[in-house]
Amino acid sequence: MKNSRRRFLQIAGVSALGLGAKPVLDAFASESAHGPGYHLAKGEDAMDARQWAMVIDTRKLQTAEDLEPIIEACNKIHNVPTGIKNKNHEIKWIWEAHYHNAFTDKAGQFTSEEVEHRPFLLLCNHCENPPCVRACPTKATFKNDNGIVMMDFHRCIGCRFCMAACPFGARSFNFRDPRPFIEEENKAFPTRMKGVVEKCNFCAERLAVGKMPACVEASNGAIAFGDLYDEHSEVRELLKENYTIRRKQTLGTEPSVYYIV
Amino acid sequence: MKDKNKIFAGLAIFIVVVTLPFWFNLGKAAPAPELELTAKAKAAKTCVMPTEFMTANHMQLLDVWRHNVVRGGERMFVNDDGKLYDMSLSNTCLDCHSNKEKFCDRCHDYASVRPYCWDCHIDNPKGE
Repeated sequence: MKNSRRRFLQIAGVSALGLGAKPVLDAFASESAHGPGYHLAKGEDAMDARQWAMVIDTRKLQTAEDLEPIIEACNKIHNVPTGIKNKNHEIKWIWEAHYHNAFTDKAGQFTSEEVEHRPFLLLCNHCENPPCVRACPTKATFKNDNGIVMMDFHRCIGCRFCMAACPFGARSFNFRDPRPFIEEENKAFPTRMKGVVEKCNFCAERLAVGKMPACVEASNGAIAFGDLYDEHSEVRELLKENYTIRRKQTLGTEPSVYYIV
Repeated sequence: MKDKNKIFAGLAIFIVVVTLPFWFNLGKAAPAPELELTAKAKAAKTCVMPTEFMTANHMQLLDVWRHNVVRGGERMFVNDDGKLYDMSLSNTCLDCHSNKEKFCDRCHDYASVRPYCWDCHIDNPKGE
């Protein structure tokens, strides 16, 4: 008798639980069924790669004048503020540097003068093993599916850990509102705000609509762009045929920007 | 309860003072804002999703958009009717709604929300 009463109460309790749970489960089920009726997709023209990479033929870019249109194309398209006079507040996506500053580990005492005095185009290397991504506490900077080291400006809290982590100086911090310093606004691309870090994005927004990066288009064939892991891509063909160097290769970040010297 | 009268008088005064803002503003609620659509938005008749959905959920939808565009690399939005849109605040939303002051701001001001979209996204792509 004692045992069967206990049994009865157990069954009653479990049944009550089951009856109570059903409406809750139903509510969850109906919620997912009536979810928004849209879906998202990549554009038809979007280009994909395992790791986008760039090969810069510095033999074709001998003077600062050769680099100018390339840098300008990038600045214009991405609303990079070029009017900031204070060097400490400067914003750079792609810029010109001397051999000694670009290839600090390769500057011998005596090197080819011709190469040494060439201007070099520097930009974010979109490393395969990016230290900036490891440093970012909010995942505002991350490596996307195509190997691009992207910035999600919405998430950037301006801590600048990534700037300390980047060995290439490829990142700039907006110490002030950049808008007054943008010479010509491109209304199709957002600007940045005070307090976020920014850098080159390998023109992810252009690749998504099937266009080559702005600097590649403006370079008259001096810069090649393609998938590093596609054997038949333009960059791989160039890498096969030419001797190339990368910046600070010894650090092991595996930069994806190669220079033919 | 010797000071019964004093206590109740004090309580009454306290309640009146605390609820004063409510009495003061009674019947003076600001009218709901009226939104103005641009000619282009009117001609399109429907937004990327039905109007009721947009009114209630545009912020969630924009959040989905920004997450998928920036982090997922997906830029195409296909709505219920199978219509395609580029997921872009500046180039799609503000292309129709190019009157931010009379469309976005009116409601945002009324609801006292201050979205920081326009710190970066340029608010009027057509410069009208």
